Amino acid sequence: MSAKIHDPVDHAGAAAKFITDEAHLTFHDTRLWEMRQKRDGQMHGVPEWQELRDLASAIKEHTLSRLPEYLEQFEAQAIAHGVQVHWARDAAEHNAIVLRLLRENNAKTLVKSKSMLTEECEMAPFLERHGITLTETDLGERIQQLDNESPSHIVVPSVHKLRADVARVFAKTIGGDPNNTDATYLAEHCRVTTRPLMLDADAGMTGANFLVAETGAVVVCTNEGNADLSANLPKLHIVSAGIEKLIPRQADLGVFVRILSRSALGSPITQYTSHFRGPRDGAQMHIILVDNGRSKRLGQAEFWTSLKCIRCGACMNTCPVYRRSGGLSYGAVYSGPIGAIINPAYDPARYAALPFASTLNGSCTAVCPVKINIHEQLYAWRRIIAEGGLLPAQKALAMRVAGAVLASPTLYRLATAAARMAVRRLPRALLYNRLNGWGRDRELPTPPKESFAAWHARRKKAG
Amino acid sequence: MSARDDILAACRVSRPPGDHPLPELPRFPRPAEDVLSEFQRSLAVMGGQWLRLVEGDDLAAVIRARAPNGLIRSAVPELPAFPRVDAVTRPQDLENVDIAVVRARFGVAETGSVFLSDHELQVNTIAYLAQHLVVLLDPEAIVPGIADAYLRSDFSQARYVSLMTGPSATADIEGVLIRGAQGVRSLTVIFTP
Amino acid sequence: MRVGLAIPCFIDSFFPEVGIATLELLERLGVDVVYPQGQTCCGQPMANNGCNSAASGTEAHFARLFAGFDAVVMPSASCVNHLRKHMDAVPQTAEVQHLRANIYELVEFLHDVLNAREFPWAEFPHKVGLHNSCTALRSLHAASISEIDETTPFSKPMDLLAGVRGIAFVEPTRPDECCGFGGTFSVNEDAVSGLMGLEKVQDHARAGAEYIVSADTSCLMHQQGCARRAGLPLRFIHIAQILNGARA
Repeated sequence: MSAKIHDPVDHAGAAAKFITDEAHLTFHDTRLWEMRQKRDGQMHGVPEWQELRDLASAIKEHTLSRLPEYLEQFEAQAIAHGVQVHWARDAAEHNAIVLRLLRENNAKTLVKSKSMLTEECEMAPFLERHGITLTETDLGERIQQLDNESPSHIVVPSVHKLRADVARVFAKTIGGDPNNTDATYLAEHCRVTTRPLMLDADAGMTGANFLVAETGAVVVCTNEGNADLSANLPKLHIVSAGIEKLIPRQADLGVFVRILSRSALGSPITQYTSHFRGPRDGAQMHIILVDNGRSKRLGQAEFWTSLKCIRCGACMNTCPVYRRSGGLSYGAVYSGPIGAIINPAYDPARYAALPFASTLNGSCTAVCPVKINIHEQLYAWRRIIAEGGLLPAQKALAMRVAGAVLASPTLYRLATAAARMAVRRLPRALLYNRLNGWGRDRELPTPPKESFAAWHARRKKAG
Repeated sequence: MSARDDILAACRVSRPPGDHPLPELPRFPRPAEDVLSEFQRSLAVMGGQWLRLVEGDDLAAVIRARAPNGLIRSAVPELPAFPRVDAVTRPQDLENVDIAVVRARFGVAETGSVFLSDHELQVNTIAYLAQHLVVLLDPEAIVPGIADAYLRSDFSQARYVSLMTGPSATADIEGVLIRGAQGVRSLTVIFTP
Repeated sequence: MRVGLAIPCFIDSFFPEVGIATLELLERLGVDVVYPQGQTCCGQPMANNGCNSAASGTEAHFARLFAGFDAVVMPSASCVNHLRKHMDAVPQTAEVQHLRANIYELVEFLHDVLNAREFPWAEFPHKVGLHNSCTALRSLHAASISEIDETTPFSKPMDLLAGVRGIAFVEPTRPDECCGFGGTFSVNEDAVSGLMGLEKVQDHARAGAEYIVSADTSCLMHQQGCARRAGLPLRFIHIAQILNGARA
């Protein structure tokens, strides 16, 4: 795996493969579009929707501009309520802290709810290498864990799978009837096999949707009840949270809780909006505040607002490219439009293709509940990637040639005349060859007799 | 330097330029609908159920009828007939409960949510390990919106609070909505002062 | 008002009829319009691929040709958006700034500047599906955006087409969905692009469209290619052609 880690992501290739499976493709597109439509329905039911987006954006920008102050306030509040606060500069430090806490408490089994940050830190394989048995308790995450795959979506991790896939994965790993593809049966099977693991677990882990500086509350928004069980059953509760999760005031939750699930799933709220402020009697609660590249991104003028992201996934649901290429095609923890602007900040060479995996249609920006200008950041990343020499050599050359041709009316006239001629005269087999990306999927336009410029010159001459 | 100091220093260095004032939060108008009917409608959307006791109904009997032979535990003083939630020594010991009865401090009309903290739950896991949850709610204790809920001080008087909205649910398998994921399979609000 | 007409490279080369209709329509509406000879491109193809320095010569040429006009009109939203928002590979002289502030997409110019609503010479007795390009929609805001709950829904192209006799509209199920052209995206990500284009034209076909009309020829070129490959009998026409009186 380590050899592959630095291979550049080939989004187009992975997407082309995803498209060949019609059943999966159709479901994926339909399901995510349905989520987008449910989100639209919720928006129409909240007259102040656009004002909420403005408020959410302003609150997040304010918080990010005063992040050290709010982090310190949050830390003081948390400590005052008996929570132990840890700080991790990067993924390795985060993972080391988790392992140390587990070892100090003699914990061998860990149950955790959904956390993209722990995915980002590649924590699960790390802990497993150190003898910890980790169980994902969110259904989608559990399916992905059992299938040894990353989540393909930040809210619905296994949305690229059909029920038959789930049945097959379960039968292979946690038993069950491989031929029973009833969703209720499968969910029930997961419930009855996961609950005992939660009951016996030595430690529990959750992520955080929001950290409230004013009160020290960790807010976790989930639907399945697994996060609250993971946190409330074992005697050790560890929270992993990125430093960008801060919001100043409890009252700000009155903005964010109203837009999160409406944007994500198109439901008015998650089934559970849980607030953890201190350990239960006889238990411990720890929070790990993780930087892992966030403070660096905070200093990037064009990209710092990507830290406003509340991980609702609305940009993925609406993205016509994501819906037709699947999250795994992004080759990264964060997929879709938000992933395409976050991942290059970590490794521009590896993720150079992602900002180009977009038509710049801007739907992502328009749905974003915290008003991140996603498509403009995609555009900005393209410049950085091109200027950093990270474009494929063929494309960089083509752009230089195009730039030279299009700067010269003479070369332009010759080139376009030649193109018209080629389309008119060349035999189809030659024209629609393997290298013609356009012609693989569609017909070329019928070339006209003359260009507009030629027509205009003729007309002018005729007076 | 410690990781803490390094991170805080890095955030100071990276501080985005410009003025980014913290906005005041306006009070948005709520629908004209009365809060009780809005609460009922919202709760139904999220898969929750509700019922009103009618004259002569005995609360304990109504609940018992839902699980004639099941284990019912209560965290409310008005139901002394059922074993108490906090009679167990470990939160795990609640795994065999069929029905748990708790009282919410208040409800939220906008979403059909109920406020339950560690005070009301006694043992937090009761709201998840039980197969079914019955929540008593004073119909007078319903706030209009989520924003109103977060103006209350109740959140900072507890170590654990959950705004619960209907039963646990998942749609992770082909988008099929299933009530009863890892938590309770049903949540029923009974309006009682 | 002296107006410069900028014709995008792909229209000049492959769809001259769109340029002709644009010019004739502006003339019909009494605009003092000039087409400077020697035009090439706006620089967008290079700039959209991040290659800003490769765009500088093209942008400089464009700036030279269109210096001194009160306004410049171009029948392409994405070109206009490039010039307005991203034309920064050339020094930002007063002339360049004037150009960038006074460049209009055709529908925008007809609707907002000329306030044109009546096209008595225009008749188009066909069932038409309107395709707003993503740039026209979400960058130039030519119509209400489905992702945003706009208090007063509007559509500039529809306002114009309302002045055409005999035209009837059909509504696809996903009117705001991108058709997948996206410039070089159409070649770099041809599989996804082709699929998006196919689904777009199928959506219109199912809605009963005979024609797909758009203010953006690039989207039409892509959709036409997809429809022809799939053997769909759809036809494609630029809004300027309909407003200029084309009957088919």
